[in-house]
Amino acid sequence: MTDALLEVQDLTKRFGGVVASDRVSLQLPRGELHAIIGPNGAGKTTLIGQLTGEIIPDGGNIRFDGQDITALPVYRRSAIGLARSFQITSLFPDFTALDNAALAVQAHAGHSFRFWRNARDDGELREPARVALAGVGLAERADVLVADLSHGERRQLEIAMALATTPRMLLLDEPMAGMGPDESARLIEILRKLKGGVTILLIEHDMDAVFALADRISVLVYGRIIASGGPAAIRADPLVRQAYLGESGGGGGHG
Amino acid sequence: MRQLLTPRAAVNVAVVLLLALVPVYAALTGDTFAMTLFARIMILALAALSLNLIMGYGGMVSFGHAAYLGIGGYAVGILAKEGIPSGFVQWPVAIAASALYALVVGALSLRTRGVYFIMITLAFAQMIYYVAIGLDRYGGDDGLTIYRNSQFDGLIDIGNKTVFYYLCFALLMASIYLVWRIVNSRFGLVIQGARSNERRMRAIGFPTFRYKLACFVIAGAMCGLAGALLANHTNYISPAMMGWTRSGDLIVMAVLGGMRAAFGPLIGAMTFLVLEELLTRATDYPNLIIGPLLLIVAIYVHGGIDGLLGKARRD
Amino acid sequence: MLYFTEQLLNGIQLGMLLFLLAAGLTLIFGIMDLVNLAHGSLYMIGAYFAATFADWTDSFVLGAILALIATLIVGMALEVIAIRRLYGRDHLDHVLATFGLLLFFNELVRLIWGPAGLTLSLPSEMLRAVQLLPGLYYPVYRLVIIGVTLAVGAALYMLVMRSRLGMLIRAGASNREMVGALGINIKLLYTLVFGLGAALAGFAGLMQAPILTVQIGMGENILIAAFVVVTIGGIGSIRGAFVAAMLVGIVDTIGRAFLPDLLHAYLNEAAASSLGRALSSMSIYLLMALVLIVRPAGLFPAATR
Repeated sequence: MTDALLEVQDLTKRFGGVVASDRVSLQLPRGELHAIIGPNGAGKTTLIGQLTGEIIPDGGNIRFDGQDITALPVYRRSAIGLARSFQITSLFPDFTALDNAALAVQAHAGHSFRFWRNARDDGELREPARVALAGVGLAERADVLVADLSHGERRQLEIAMALATTPRMLLLDEPMAGMGPDESARLIEILRKLKGGVTILLIEHDMDAVFALADRISVLVYGRIIASGGPAAIRADPLVRQAYLGESGGGGGHG
Repeated sequence: MRQLLTPRAAVNVAVVLLLALVPVYAALTGDTFAMTLFARIMILALAALSLNLIMGYGGMVSFGHAAYLGIGGYAVGILAKEGIPSGFVQWPVAIAASALYALVVGALSLRTRGVYFIMITLAFAQMIYYVAIGLDRYGGDDGLTIYRNSQFDGLIDIGNKTVFYYLCFALLMASIYLVWRIVNSRFGLVIQGARSNERRMRAIGFPTFRYKLACFVIAGAMCGLAGALLANHTNYISPAMMGWTRSGDLIVMAVLGGMRAAFGPLIGAMTFLVLEELLTRATDYPNLIIGPLLLIVAIYVHGGIDGLLGKARRD
Repeated sequence: MLYFTEQLLNGIQLGMLLFLLAAGLTLIFGIMDLVNLAHGSLYMIGAYFAATFADWTDSFVLGAILALIATLIVGMALEVIAIRRLYGRDHLDHVLATFGLLLFFNELVRLIWGPAGLTLSLPSEMLRAVQLLPGLYYPVYRLVIIGVTLAVGAALYMLVMRSRLGMLIRAGASNREMVGALGINIKLLYTLVFGLGAALAGFAGLMQAPILTVQIGMGENILIAAFVVVTIGGIGSIRGAFVAAMLVGIVDTIGRAFLPDLLHAYLNEAAASSLGRALSSMSIYLLMALVLIVRPAGLFPAATR
């Protein structure tokens, strides 16, 4: 697989005097799991914002499967196969886990100008939703209200919702945030299984996960990619060590 | 021991039975006032039901919903005055005109959110209010008496109070059922999801604006029907039908009854209007009690009356 | 031309009154995130107090001062008793609660003062008219309103921008939790802000009392216009409230003065009269709709929290 699924070229975004994205460029071949690491304030949120369409870049462009999506509205990105999970859990609290996943399925099951049939009895929506939940290990918790789920379970549901839209590419924004070691290990397994099938852009602080999963890593500092390459190369890169990983090198804990 | 009926269901059934039997009571006792009062309650409950669709389920707090009551009523009144007494023309026009205004208002207002949305919907209602005041030919500020009810030749005579009452009852029950179906359909889930977390809805791929707009139009149309009923009930139309205090009353009814409950608007309308009626008879200054009551409900009662009933079930 | 200038001045004067109301509303909304439908009631109470106290003391100025103090007290009492329980709640709860308060106050005023309304007469010096331009005479009192309100506006600006209290207010507007975490007595701050808003509303009420009206329900009409001003100006912004108030006051007054005549040129008598009246009443709403379409957060939106 040689052509890139996602191509970001010279993406630039300024907020007043601050350059949040400084000519960011990335190429993600199909099936790759690409991690973005960097200190807080590096511009990761702005980057994700531009990739998902919530922020319009000042310069540069984004191409997805050859199509220029730089100015494509947020709600259209999911339709072309680009799904995201949120860093701060963003679910539907008064619905059950299954309802949440089913809504994600519904978004891609044609239009929703259907006013009569009970959507909770609709197999076309509920079945794929159950599959998505099972994929992240939430099958037993399908009928639990989101408000009653644990933090870790909600993070899992975040992933399930992105998966339920059968995406070609996943944008994961710090999915491990706030997870204990067991939960993180479980999520790492889930992502490992997805690798190859779905292209993944993973924004993370958890170095264990990053070095366990990533095919390639890019390091974002002050809005610029200062290094990009395989895990070993990144671990050894002096610029990266100085800016981010610290004297002891990579692989230690969170953040 | 499992209850046969939850408290909530029991209250709903009781209310429906009560409404169904009012004309029987009126026939037996000769007290037609009860019929007049409860017909009005049902009509305003229909209006509150339509507001609940966008406000309770959709999170769109409209402070200008009474505009559609007015448009529906004026459609009937204007056509009646211009020599078109047929209900077969008046009522579809009432519904269509309300739907059209809702389309315009929604298209412009739904780009805003929060307090701005509340204000702009209020403004649009005020606009139509002032248009009505300026219509000298149709009574202006003083309003217009409608001498002939909407005519449905051969089909039904709504000049007959009992017939009209049961028509309102049927329409209200049908609408409650319709709203219940809409709310649980795919469309309804999109609306509820947009209320719950609009950002996520767009992220998973829903173009939320068009769904909210459609919901807004449906609610406007339903309220337009209520307006047509109201005009026939009072045989009178006036700009006061769409005043902002009327919009406020509708919000009160919806919130009081419980905002995401099928029978919430009806219970809210009944409670509010019966209370208003009783207090008006008991004292010259009813709002001295109603005012603080609303304040207390707003502060202490979460989920309205439906919330209280729901709690009762869990005990 | 003279007529236009006179109407322009009237528009500015109306704008000043709207500014007083809108400033209070925008502060209360910006800092406490509270939608207050009962703000117009404080305006009404200010007018009623002024008329009553002026009658008792036989002095307009003394009556005005007492009314201002009384309205301030009522405002703060209201905050302590009822309003503070609404902070952090859904806007819908605010709407319901303050709607109830609005109904209550209208009824209470009717109980105490009766349904007929009151009059408040001015001292004779203020009844004169001065010549501003050749042929243009303008009542002294209306000039007083403009002048006094400008002074109040300047003082308010100074307070919010230059004083320590103002700094707390602005900080609270951008980040409520942080101000609380810094150990500032948030409760007291909120009571003061609400009281300030009430005083401004009462002040507007008493200032307009001699020339416009003192009656039940007077708060509602101008309140909607004040909400329009806050929306156009941007919630939380005093500067926005001032600019928007001028815009709204002038557009409304000029519209009412000139639109019917303008339409006469194109339509017959009856239609021009009807349409003219309708359009002039609608003008400020059309203005607001236009602004919101172009700028959904108003002209000068304050920093979000």
